[in-house]
Amino acid sequence: MKRRTTIAKFILGLSMSAILVAGAFAVNVQASEDKPSYTYNYDYWEEVQDCPDLYSVARVFTSGDLGLDERMRNPQGMYVRGNRIYVCDTGNNRILVFERKGTDELIVLQTIDSFRGDVDVTTFNNPTDVAVTESGDIFIADQGNARILKLDQDLNYLMQFDKPVDNTLDPKTAFQPSKITVDTAGRVYCIAAGINKGLIKYENDGTFSGFVGATRVTYDLADYIWKKFATQAQREKMVSFVPTEYDNLYMDHEGFIYACTGHVTPDDLRAEKSDAIRKLNLLGNDILVRNGNVPVYGDLYWGAGGGYEGPSYFQDVTVLDNDVYVCLDKNRSRLFAYDDQGRMVFAFGGNGNMDGYFRQPMAIEHMGHDLLVLDALDCAITVFVPTRFGNDIYNAIESFDNGDYDASYASWQNVMQQDGNYDLAYIGIGRALLRKEQYREAMKYFELKYDDDNYSKAYRQYRKIWTEDHIVAIVLVILALVLIPLGISRVRTLKRQIKKSEEELIEFSGK
Amino acid sequence: MAESLATTKHSGKDTRYLSSLRFALYCMTHPLDGFWDLTHEHRGTIAAANTILFVSVLVRLLKLRYTSFIFINVDWEDTNVFLYIASILLPLSMWVTCNWMLTTLFDGKGRLDQVYMATCYALTPYPVIQAPLMILSNFVTVDEAEFYSAVSVISLVWCAFLIISAMGQIHEFSLGKNLLFTVATLFGMLVMTFILMLFFSMISQGVAYFVSLVREILFRI
Repeated sequence: MKRRTTIAKFILGLSMSAILVAGAFAVNVQASEDKPSYTYNYDYWEEVQDCPDLYSVARVFTSGDLGLDERMRNPQGMYVRGNRIYVCDTGNNRILVFERKGTDELIVLQTIDSFRGDVDVTTFNNPTDVAVTESGDIFIADQGNARILKLDQDLNYLMQFDKPVDNTLDPKTAFQPSKITVDTAGRVYCIAAGINKGLIKYENDGTFSGFVGATRVTYDLADYIWKKFATQAQREKMVSFVPTEYDNLYMDHEGFIYACTGHVTPDDLRAEKSDAIRKLNLLGNDILVRNGNVPVYGDLYWGAGGGYEGPSYFQDVTVLDNDVYVCLDKNRSRLFAYDDQGRMVFAFGGNGNMDGYFRQPMAIEHMGHDLLVLDALDCAITVFVPTRFGNDIYNAIESFDNGDYDASYASWQNVMQQDGNYDLAYIGIGRALLRKEQYREAMKYFELKYDDDNYSKAYRQYRKIWTEDHIVAIVLVILALVLIPLGISRVRTLKRQIKKSEEELIEFSGK
Repeated sequence: MAESLATTKHSGKDTRYLSSLRFALYCMTHPLDGFWDLTHEHRGTIAAANTILFVSVLVRLLKLRYTSFIFINVDWEDTNVFLYIASILLPLSMWVTCNWMLTTLFDGKGRLDQVYMATCYALTPYPVIQAPLMILSNFVTVDEAEFYSAVSVISLVWCAFLIISAMGQIHEFSLGKNLLFTVATLFGMLVMTFILMLFFSMISQGVAYFVSLVREILFRI
């Protein structure tokens, strides 16, 4: 009887402790899933690391805040030139021009809803994008009227760009330009709905000069063979091997076009068969550097959460003057920034109504280091300004690009002191030390963050210098390694010969 | 011959252990001759085989820590040392038992301990190549990484080749029969894994059943 109770107690104790352990585990899990921070980044192991904020919201400008007599409706496009902000108020068929007076002050400068000129229609219908040149010429993608308008700064009609004359295009479909950008020579690059051959390029006199930068078309051999045997009806239902359309484009300060697209399948992204963002040179080739340890497609984890799933959908992109490009994810309303090497600088944002969260972000632009995001559903412009942490990072990047490695080193040290989990700081310090020819220290920093390429660069130099410094010792060691065995065998043969002659001598004397 | 007998008598077990360990190096370069002598001339010892196995496991573990991060990056938080040890011991023990079980049925001359000994001897290239390679890895850059991986692969291929030829020699099989039984042993290992998994899942379900039964009874008391 007594024994039975002991066993019972033992089992009870065991199960109690199991429950305790399980409970402790549950508490632990809850604690670690405590509110994730606003800004985050990925570490080498592709785990999400909380990060201090690089940006804070200076102000959110709604139509009321801006003092507009008529609320903005479904604004689609935004462009920044100098301290002026051009917004396509698509739903109201007008272009709004704001001027930024201070960090948190925007005033309405102009409302453009018509222009002067010798054309039939002098108003806009569904304008989706706007671009402005250095000299003040305004380009407007007037989607409803199937044209791209070029106006001078006094709103006089200069010319228009029509549907490209190309026999590969179906003449029946309407021309629907959606996004445009203009280079310094006045050439226009355009993305139009339903045209997937790349960007439409117009010369500055309005002639169509071709398509550039079509996305890669990828298919498996298996798909291809399967398609060969499929019937016509089956083939129509299959995914066709055509390039995907771009969603938006941005011309950086060097004239390279960054084009982004959300029309990618998760599988293709994972297999690196398609790109969410590309940097196009004049020939339309992708020259985006992808040296980061995470791929350039936004979020790595696509689990359904809060009603959102699937990969990030890059709706727009903007490129700062320090070559950091910020992509706007329409799916989870986040901003992802990468540096010129393709390493993630930050990720922040989310869906919601609070300041710094969005409901339907459509466009992103930058003004210096400040970021502006246009929300089509909230009809609001959110202005982000860098925090001290953000400024330190930008300082470090820019002073490195300018060749001021001491300043870059100091800035990265600041960054590291504010966030010890910020991998770019370690690599940045390492790169600065590498340029300062302090190879041994540089190697230490690269090794901490597993940057094998940079580590190898530093190590190669270190090894070279070490070899040159110790060349005498190395030669001596090699010589010793060769000579000592030689000497030993020599001595042995000598000894053997002596022994042999002695034996002979004894033999001889014995006789 | 007389001389070697004299030395074994003279200094006893230690010399026999050391010479059998040294014989592993001979087996490495002379697989056919070496593995024949291993059992037929009693040149190998189980003690030496254990040593080789121990050193192989040790090198595998040391590699995690001392190979340059260019080649092996270890996430220490998710690393289980016992898993790494098992990654050698488990396939080895399965290979040995499977091979022995199959070959005894088909005129294999090797006993279970001999199969174990020969397999362990055949692992020699692994520590012999990987240990220096581990040290060398710290003195190379990414550009020279090809060299590292090539040598690393060579050590594994060499081991595989030695295992196959060792089995042929100790069982006194012809080449064709030997290859056939290598494949059969690999297949046997698969079957064994399947049965083990089945066994463990059955056992754990059975245990879970009784645990819940006891809990229920305790709850009612």
